[in-house]
Amino acid sequence: MSDAAHAHDDHGHHAHPTGIMRWLTTTNHKDIGSLYLWFSLIMLFTAGSMALLIRSELFEPGMQLMHPDFFNQLTTMHGLIMIFGVIMPAFTGFANWQVPLMIGAPDMAFPRMNNWSFWLLPVAGIMLLGSFWLPGGAVAGGWTMYPPLFIQGGVSYDLTILAVHIMGLSSIMGSINIITTILNMRAPGLTLMKMPMFVWTWLITAYLLIATMPVLAGAVTMLLTDRNFGTHFFNAAGGGDPVMFQHIFWFFGHPEVYILILPAFGIVSQIIPTFSRKPLFGYASMVYATASIAILSFTVWAHHMFAVGMPVAAQLFFMFSTMLIAVPTGVKVFNWVATMWKGSLTFETPMLFAIAFVCLFTIGGFSGLVLAMAPVDIQLQDTYYVVAHFHYVLVSGALFSIFAGIYYWLPKWTGHMYNETLGKTHFWLSVIGMNIVFFPMHFLGLAGMPRRIPDYALQFTEFNQIATVGAFIFGFSQLVFLVLVLKTIKGGAKASDQVWEGAQGLEWTVPSPAPYHTFETAPVVK
Amino acid sequence: MTAGKTNTLTKLIVVALGMFGFGFALVPFYYKICEVTGINSGDEQSLVKNTQVDTSRWVTIEFDANTNEGLPWQFRTTQRSIKVHPGQLVQVEYEAANNSDHAIVGQAVPSYGPARAGAFFKKIECFCFTPQKLAAGERRQMPVLFVLDPSMDKDLHTVTLSYTFFNTDPKAQTATLPEKVPHG
Repeated sequence: MSDAAHAHDDHGHHAHPTGIMRWLTTTNHKDIGSLYLWFSLIMLFTAGSMALLIRSELFEPGMQLMHPDFFNQLTTMHGLIMIFGVIMPAFTGFANWQVPLMIGAPDMAFPRMNNWSFWLLPVAGIMLLGSFWLPGGAVAGGWTMYPPLFIQGGVSYDLTILAVHIMGLSSIMGSINIITTILNMRAPGLTLMKMPMFVWTWLITAYLLIATMPVLAGAVTMLLTDRNFGTHFFNAAGGGDPVMFQHIFWFFGHPEVYILILPAFGIVSQIIPTFSRKPLFGYASMVYATASIAILSFTVWAHHMFAVGMPVAAQLFFMFSTMLIAVPTGVKVFNWVATMWKGSLTFETPMLFAIAFVCLFTIGGFSGLVLAMAPVDIQLQDTYYVVAHFHYVLVSGALFSIFAGIYYWLPKWTGHMYNETLGKTHFWLSVIGMNIVFFPMHFLGLAGMPRRIPDYALQFTEFNQIATVGAFIFGFSQLVFLVLVLKTIKGGAKASDQVWEGAQGLEWTVPSPAPYHTFETAPVVK
Repeated sequence: MTAGKTNTLTKLIVVALGMFGFGFALVPFYYKICEVTGINSGDEQSLVKNTQVDTSRWVTIEFDANTNEGLPWQFRTTQRSIKVHPGQLVQVEYEAANNSDHAIVGQAVPSYGPARAGAFFKKIECFCFTPQKLAAGERRQMPVLFVLDPSMDKDLHTVTLSYTFFNTDPKAQTATLPEKVPHG
């Protein structure tokens, strides 16, 4: 096998560097996609360990394991890393691997910029994680970086701001690459309305990133100059307004949550038709629903801020615009269900994760609707109900779709089928563990337990203990996933070119594993 | 093909830079929205509106500063006089400097001209409320914050607020009087 790989390398147009230089200098979309996915997996275990520390401290009321300030550092870093270091890089990794394969392009539009986009990420990751060892420890002001707290912290706050700048730059470059690839490099005959849903969702996500990441960069730049150069954007003593930061941040932040979920919609829209052996129901409505969600996401940001004070008219506007998003989202959920309707269903691991996604994401969507109601939100703001909500959409939503996508495309990437028993074990442990962690948090939130606290009132003990037990089940079951991925890379049953019986699309026409260079002559789509 | 890619790249970079600028443009936009709609008028709400300003007349207030002979300080007003409406919140500053080589505690005592105007000076903050200690060579600006009661007699057009600083050490009065105090 290694002989064959070597022979293939020699066949290339120039000598490939080997060892670490191969990965540092690679411009191949498949290499870079793998780098993104490995980075994401390492960060998943890093930030996941932080989550387990958080849950350990919360197993009992009172302070057991750590100083409260360290607890705050953990919650902040858990959030920042899970969002910027796990979910976003994983989706970008999928885009790198799949977009060229799905549209019949030989590579991404700007391969060298692609290399840069990736290698900026570990730099930012080291800056974030390294700040734990700085005087005062890592940032502890929450991942939303609200002033005045964020203006008062020590040097790690400056470092975090720079890390956010770097990650933003990486995202913007990655997005430019993805849009340019999709718009300019589709195979002849592959019109926009024939593109796979995953490509569509990423096209729209990339536009969202280009529109909002610079706004985040602006907001944190203002924090930086407030901290170091005597400006007063957010400092009330100098005529600024801390609430303005929240407006600017959430102008980025709300589109950001759709950046974290639209590619998930795309992955699920690829998987459900495959295992239902039917084309996606309502393809065009799926495209329009995705675009509507993206456009509406710019009009709802202040629903994160109902409790900071806002006139009733503004509360009503943001409440109704938020609820309006449920309409295109509902279109999507109904389309997935309709795709499965009367399909010839089989339940391999990717399909199981995709179905769990549809069910559990919908629960997260519904708790989102509850939170969208301004009078209810004033009660639930900053409680565990919010924690339950966004973990349902981010864990059983975004993360489960990533698992589904890995199981779905891993045979194409490695040439080996994964072990189905291990996959199903991983699925059931994850889905049960995840619900044990996060479902009780709804009750905790409704009962009034605030989030981001290391200690709590006695009456919250039982539900917290259940959540902690679930967290350890969920956390350690991810080791099953790691073992499965490593085993699949090393060997396993040979995967066919089409891999899945019902799979449709250009990526399934290339051999498994996908050769280093694909579609050097563009395929023709009828 | 390559021209198409460069074209897309240029457009997207322009959008990204534009949105970076837009982030900063949100700052004045935010204040403008608040101003036009009156949404974030916390500043005005937090100050109780003074509806008792009598804008129908002007009163001239003259300020005067004196030092008792026992006190080697230089004491002056930063403004000779101002014109205000009765009921309006007024802040003026006096300045004292200790010219001696040791710390001295002084106390300012006000007087009014005409004397009946004194009843209408409503002082909110004044350096005369407490003894003031000045170190050797120290110079200090001290505020007086007051409102002229709008019910003040209509025939009063000019009033005088005068302060005299005294040394709080009773011995100083006589001991230092002959040699140290400069005249004027």
